[in-house]
Amino acid sequence: MLLLRAIGLMLLLTMAGLMPSKGAEADLRATVAKFAAATGFSATEAVVRELTASGDPAVERPLSALADGNLYIRKSDSQVFVGKESGDGIELLDPLSGEKTADAAKTDLTKIKVNNGLRHVIRDALGTLTLRAKDARVRLAAAATMFKTPDAANIEPLDAAIAAEAEPGVKTLFEQARAASVLVSDKPEADKLAAISIIAARGDRDGLSLLTSVDANAQGAVKDAATAAIGNINSKLALWDAGQNIWYGVSLGSVLLLAAIGLAITFGVMGVINMAHGEMVMLGAYTTFVVQQVIRTSFPGLFDWSLVIALPLAFLVAALVGLAIERGIIRFLYGRPLETLLATWGVSLVLQQAVRTIFGPTNQEVGNPSWMSGSFDIGQLAITWNRLWILVFALLVFAVLLYVMKRTAWGLQMRAVTANRRMAASMGIRTPWVDALTFALGSGIAGIAGVALSQIDNVSPNLGRGYIIDSFMVVVFGGVGNLWGTLVGAFSLGIVNKFLEPYAGAVLGKIVMLVLIILFIQKRPRGLFALKGRAVEA
Amino acid sequence: MRGNFAKITKILSAGVVAAGLLASASAKAAEDTIKVGILHSLSGTMAISETTLKDVMLMLIDEQNAKGGLLGKKLEAVVVDPASNWPLFAEKARELISKDKVAAVFGCWTSVSRKSVLPVFSELDNILFYPVQYEGEESERNVFYTGAAPNQQAIPAVDYLMSADGGSVKRWVLEGTDYVYPRTTNKILEAYLKSKGVPAEDIMVNYTPFGFSDWQTEVSAIKKFGSAGKKTAVVSTVNGDANVPFYKELGNQGVKAEDIPVMAFSVGEEELAGLDTGPLVGHLAAWNYFESVDTPENKKFIDNWHKFIKNDKRTTNDPMEAHYIGFNMWVKAVEKAGTTDPDKVIDAMVGVSVPNLTGGYSTMMPNHHITKPVLIGEIQADGQFETVSQTPGLVMGDEWSDYLPDSKDLISDWRAPLSCGNFNVATGKCGGKGTN
Repeated sequence: MLLLRAIGLMLLLTMAGLMPSKGAEADLRATVAKFAAATGFSATEAVVRELTASGDPAVERPLSALADGNLYIRKSDSQVFVGKESGDGIELLDPLSGEKTADAAKTDLTKIKVNNGLRHVIRDALGTLTLRAKDARVRLAAAATMFKTPDAANIEPLDAAIAAEAEPGVKTLFEQARAASVLVSDKPEADKLAAISIIAARGDRDGLSLLTSVDANAQGAVKDAATAAIGNINSKLALWDAGQNIWYGVSLGSVLLLAAIGLAITFGVMGVINMAHGEMVMLGAYTTFVVQQVIRTSFPGLFDWSLVIALPLAFLVAALVGLAIERGIIRFLYGRPLETLLATWGVSLVLQQAVRTIFGPTNQEVGNPSWMSGSFDIGQLAITWNRLWILVFALLVFAVLLYVMKRTAWGLQMRAVTANRRMAASMGIRTPWVDALTFALGSGIAGIAGVALSQIDNVSPNLGRGYIIDSFMVVVFGGVGNLWGTLVGAFSLGIVNKFLEPYAGAVLGKIVMLVLIILFIQKRPRGLFALKGRAVEA
Repeated sequence: MRGNFAKITKILSAGVVAAGLLASASAKAAEDTIKVGILHSLSGTMAISETTLKDVMLMLIDEQNAKGGLLGKKLEAVVVDPASNWPLFAEKARELISKDKVAAVFGCWTSVSRKSVLPVFSELDNILFYPVQYEGEESERNVFYTGAAPNQQAIPAVDYLMSADGGSVKRWVLEGTDYVYPRTTNKILEAYLKSKGVPAEDIMVNYTPFGFSDWQTEVSAIKKFGSAGKKTAVVSTVNGDANVPFYKELGNQGVKAEDIPVMAFSVGEEELAGLDTGPLVGHLAAWNYFESVDTPENKKFIDNWHKFIKNDKRTTNDPMEAHYIGFNMWVKAVEKAGTTDPDKVIDAMVGVSVPNLTGGYSTMMPNHHITKPVLIGEIQADGQFETVSQTPGLVMGDEWSDYLPDSKDLISDWRAPLSCGNFNVATGKCGGKGTN
């Protein structure tokens, strides 16, 4: 059946080819209309190839719409349109001119299916078509795709494009794309050797990938040159790999720091074993979700600000819950660590189930604002924006907290109560309120950590579970009661973890980490930066 | 102060006891009903996936009652919460069978929870319907497996990637969460790939812990592995929660489906609901059902689901269809046997055939697995899957994989003369791997 259809289609295509031309646009229109009759990916691909063969830049609109899954067939008359979502229905645009022609309901349309293979073909085709685009970014993207899909047929258009290109950055990429295409063509050896040196200068993974396949297929001088270039790139990449591990470690460290810093207050400063700490993080994440929900429905323009708006709210929500926990439960249990542990564990279960009942057990979608999506490159190092911002944010939170603890009257009172409760009380400090506010502060910090973590993790009732062990590990390792210890602890755990992971794997890496920490604690029971003085003995 | 706290605990515990009494009183109220046990976690880590299955069972039971019940009696759901705690699954199963006297149980998600209840079901002789895709290597008389066996999901998925449509993949990353399902599935896949001529250096296997959230190193390792000049794909058995950060990292590091597609076995519509799927378009999943399947049966099912759950944004997924098939099969088998006696129903189950939601019929085979079509879907920007490939016919679940040396000689047939879950065709004896 499929075969019959394919044959029928081929006949149709040849007939179309034989028909006398009635102007370029009419021809294109006829070709675009063939999408309606194309069943199956190979048939659609044939139409795409026919469109690109025309070489007309006008085919960009229907092709990119097809790649994005926006090309539709109207069921009633089998006409092809570019669809644009508007409200419940779909606005139908002319596939070539892009003018609005009609509206339709989703049920009246059939979407033309695309798969990865087809998207690949379209991307290549668009690459060739957009080499001369006005926008330099489009030309860059075109060169990048052509580099990844070298083809001897690309050399000619690239030569023309190189000659016409004024911008040096784009020109270099064009030359690299040309070199890639030369390598798969049957050009003389000298050309290929020159091409290899151009690609070797790129020194990245894509270049490596290309050279590896050349190395496997070539002979003689070309093979030797490719092998040498591969060795060269590999040794350069090994250095970048080390740099990358450090960056990954720092980034993991910043996540650990954020998760642990609230605990450094409640557990480190106050000595409360707070098993509900993770749930404060979760509450912060859910606050972000609610804020984004409100923004999506009422003020869509503010979406990029959603995290900034969520920060104070998350702090408030978590701090209030923390205050309630302290006043309601923990204050009765000071000095009884086992009971505190059990009670806060219970609280954590109650909070989890409460969130599960209110929001449901499934993950909630928290979107990334545009300034937190994607990545940028430094050399061969890809740095993702969300991780970078989280690092900046973690350090900021740390600095603010340090300021509060060391430079404000409240911080002084907090430290006084921790150091010697009775003495502090004799000096007129209302110790119960300092306790409550300190606990609220720790919880609030956990809440704003939740805002940041919602960007990289699931927002589900289980969110907090994943962080509680790590947080305790960081605080204990860094030294209970010392904020600087938490900072150093978080980053050193992060970096060690990320250096272990590529060799030992994530599972074994984690085990090795835990063993190392246990050994370390044996040696230094009070962690990296131990508090000294009488307070420690109390 | 301590006294205060003690008082509070007393009041609280009194409340709990009272609530418990009320619940058991209501359970006793209706005697003349057929009870159906629902054993899915409503709290703890697995609640995210299992709560939906509890709801879909309640819906199916409601619908059956609206049609007049079964054998002239009403069906009554008995819901228990094993709280994602594997030993508690066994306890709750025992409670359902011995105390509540249920006629059949629908439940479990993880393989470890299933393994923990198996002895209870064979001891007390009851029926379990297990709705999730799993690693195979098991066939029990008291269990009906309505999810996919590896050959109904993993193998066709890999076949698709190897085909021209799937991109003629030559290099493979097998990425999984570290527990029994991914480990066994990857073992089968590795053996399968090698039998297809893939050299060992073109296969990379990596495991991460449950709930893993920092995927930077793994994703960059995948990128590195993929830059060897051959088309590379990732086959992911990463479980549940860990998927969201995994896909976020893929999106952020710019791993596009056209370059390195990720084929997932545990990512369904429900998991995608927590994600911005824009950067993930084109990544793949293999299931036996997608919400986007366009059949009248599926449309009706989705409509009923939205009405029942009172939220038209809730998605449907593959394990829900498995329960739909399993429940209808059970109803049919009970009608055929004329009784809910588990022994007779088990015998009546084999050969029962009911419509599935993808426009065909699923049949219960003698090995207690069912026939299903296999669908490969690509993630779309709206969080749904678009079917890009479908097996031409139905695939029969193969419990003992042909690609593992330990199990390739084993078959299972629970019909009368043989009645064996691990018959060794080489030695002609019942027994072998899986007897314990």
